[in-house]
Amino acid sequence: MDVQATTPLDPRVLDAMLPYLINYYGNPHSRTHAYGWESEAAMERARQQVASLIGADPREIIFTSGATESNNIAIKGVARFYRSRKKHLITTQTEHKCVLDSCRSLEAEGFQVTYLPVQKSGIIDLKELEAAIQPDTSLVSVMTVNNEIGVKQPIAEIGQICSSRKVYFHTDAAQAVGKIPLNVNDMKIDLMSISGHKIYGPKGVGAIYIRRRPRVRVEALQSGGGQERGMRSGTVPTPLVVGLGAACEVAQQEMEYDHKRISKLAERLIQNIMKSLPDVVMNGDPEHHYPGCINLSFAYVEGESLLMALKDVALSSGSACTSASLEPSYVLRAIGTDEDLAHSSIRFGIGRFTTEEEVDYTVEKCIQHVKRLREMSPLWEMVQDGIDLKSIKWTQH
Amino acid sequence: RSPRLPARELSAPARLYHKKVVDHYENPRNVGSLDKTSKNVGTGLVGAPACGDVMKLQIQVDEKGKIVDARFKTFGCGSAIASSSLATEWVKGKTVEEALTIKNTDIAKELCLPPVKLHCSRKEGMRNISLNSSMEVY
Repeated sequence: MDVQATTPLDPRVLDAMLPYLINYYGNPHSRTHAYGWESEAAMERARQQVASLIGADPREIIFTSGATESNNIAIKGVARFYRSRKKHLITTQTEHKCVLDSCRSLEAEGFQVTYLPVQKSGIIDLKELEAAIQPDTSLVSVMTVNNEIGVKQPIAEIGQICSSRKVYFHTDAAQAVGKIPLNVNDMKIDLMSISGHKIYGPKGVGAIYIRRRPRVRVEALQSGGGQERGMRSGTVPTPLVVGLGAACEVAQQEMEYDHKRISKLAERLIQNIMKSLPDVVMNGDPEHHYPGCINLSFAYVEGESLLMALKDVALSSGSACTSASLEPSYVLRAIGTDEDLAHSSIRFGIGRFTTEEEVDYTVEKCIQHVKRLREMSPLWEMVQDGIDLKSIKWTQH
Repeated sequence: RSPRLPARELSAPARLYHKKVVDHYENPRNVGSLDKTSKNVGTGLVGAPACGDVMKLQIQVDEKGKIVDARFKTFGCGSAIASSSLATEWVKGKTVEEALTIKNTDIAKELCLPPVKLHCSRKEGMRNISLNSSMEVY
């Protein structure tokens, strides 16, 4: 139940990929023989499939190695191209690490970046965004759906603001593409990052959408033979992009049904947990929320110990012990979660292939182990005795 | 039980929980509370929820200075729980002076805590402080 981390290949995607892993192994850039031509045809078909999922023109889709590369291209590529006149970028505090890290590396190059805070709901304040835009702002980057708490940002409104202020708008849509309807023209998106392995496609492939009208110019990060309109040199991996294309086409067909089914399962999970356990908090706005990503904090129980208890379920936590540092998740910190609750959070991911039995099993085990761990918790004991934990002077070590 | 099983059972990446840690975590010894108002009981509470680690350790000592019972409660990760459980097991039957000689590194070694869990090994320091403070209180 960790679909935000990755998803299994949809069997239809595997079917589409296999011929290109076995017989049709040509390099799509070989212009002189049939191996090349058939690979190229497959690559262009895949390009059309990706484009049609987001309402774009196939000429606006560039294949990359994944959303991390796409984010790098979008942020560094746009910033560097316009650097003579524009030195400022805007992003949020809850973005994926690759976006934040790209911004940080640009700051080292002399750019200025504003990291917008988010409200308790996890959503940015549109007025703060408007106020942050300067005459020398080249790009605003806000992710569509957050990978830790599932919160949906008001993309169409942000697109409207950026378009009226003549600032390019990039969105990291890795967790949103194929799951919620997206249209780059309706939402006035100029650049978008897409990830293959988040939508039941293969790992190692993604795409970036770059608007042609009006044209967004991007300085290429990777030099080479000029493939992908010079924006991303390197042989395009035919089997992987065929997989990405197939995943997008399947997602377009399944989107409505998946969303309904996942919403019901999410509802089931949340209701059943909350009615059996007190002091459980859902992180992130429950309304502007993608149902398949549920982040819950179980007060007085530490996240990693709960994960250890739920050992036959694949889950993830915002607790420090599961990351290399002692810091709990920066996303939870950005939405103002108390530090002890941040250590107590678990992310449940529900996807296309998650079954009701799996949800029920997870809920049952979760309730059982939270109760057990609370019995072992000095904090729970103190709260039961009526002690206000905020009044205690904890020792440091 | 093969040593690889704990790694697959746990969602923590690239971290092999020694089966002793898993054992202490799944079957913790001495979870609970002693009467904190009793004169023979020493209680130590260390850590902070903001750090993701809080441990309460209680010991019951007889007139001769020997620890006859120990209980713990922990808010923390699997290693933290295992360390606390082991600490309570070790101090039982020892005198207070003997128990004070238990070092953080002894516990870490017994549970085979990997060096990658450096911050957790600091928790062994916490075990110690908790042990000591509970004995001081006593």
